[in-house]
Amino acid sequence: MSAALDTVDRRIINDMQGGFPICERPFAVAAEALDLDEDDLIARIGRLVDEGRLSRFAPMFNAERLGGAVCLCAMAVPEARFDAVAEQVNAHGEVAHNYARAHALNMWFVLASEDPARIDQVAAEIAAETGLEVYPMPKLDEFYIGFKVEA
Amino acid sequence: MLDDLDRRIVAATQAGLPLVTRPYHAVAEAVGAPPEEVMARLRRMLDAGIVRRIGAVPNHYALGWTANGMSVWDVDDRAVAALGPRIGALEFVSHCYRRPRHRPHWPYNLFAMVHGRARDEVDAKVATIAEKLGAAARGHEVLYSTRILKKTGLRIAA
Repeated sequence: MSAALDTVDRRIINDMQGGFPICERPFAVAAEALDLDEDDLIARIGRLVDEGRLSRFAPMFNAERLGGAVCLCAMAVPEARFDAVAEQVNAHGEVAHNYARAHALNMWFVLASEDPARIDQVAAEIAAETGLEVYPMPKLDEFYIGFKVEA
Repeated sequence: MLDDLDRRIVAATQAGLPLVTRPYHAVAEAVGAPPEEVMARLRRMLDAGIVRRIGAVPNHYALGWTANGMSVWDVDDRAVAALGPRIGALEFVSHCYRRPRHRPHWPYNLFAMVHGRARDEVDAKVATIAEKLGAAARGHEVLYSTRILKKTGLRIAA
């Protein structure tokens, strides 16, 4: 990663996490609100993506509304087998993220699939391959409102 | 459900909008549809909640938000529906869900993801959640991530 963020970069990161217009020249519209040139805004976003400060500049899709399904799952993996089990779990294309966490349940992964029936199938496959219990933790209610990362 | 053109639009934009003056026109060219049609469909998907939002997706870690604590709470079932939205509304909570318990290994039914620049910052925020939940919370833990093992997200095929 390179130099520190300047004020304009911070405003792009903080103020452009949603609401990007859908019109012929959306960067021009967004640039005006930030008091920037259209070309300057495009170049800065490109740089922030290249530097990895932004994961992407894109529409964020809701997997469930796309007709798919998502389910958080947890496993208690013996430390000696941890890396091998991570490899077995990650080999499934339906595993969207996987995090090691400090707890007896030490592996937490998200299954996402366009075909909701695949969620249970993949969870069962992982359990069979690893010989470990997979605890499904599906969302029962969503209390999410919003979150902004401040740069 | 999405039709074929919707799917092509999702596939063409999910990894990033083209960073050009007319990004939706570039998408239209890539999917072989008129720009007005592409924009109308994106507006429809936004209204329907299929698109949550369009814009910058920050990389928490690269921006210094390296502490990420999954706080989990054993909340009285009779109280969780009323308390959940109050926890989800806290500005430092990025995700908040009710999930099933798996007793005896897992007594927790409310998950609130808390981000911070350091663990003590996360701990302070967790203390705020504890205050809000009060006696309805019978116990809690904070699970810190120690490693990202995979992060690709859902990918839709065209």
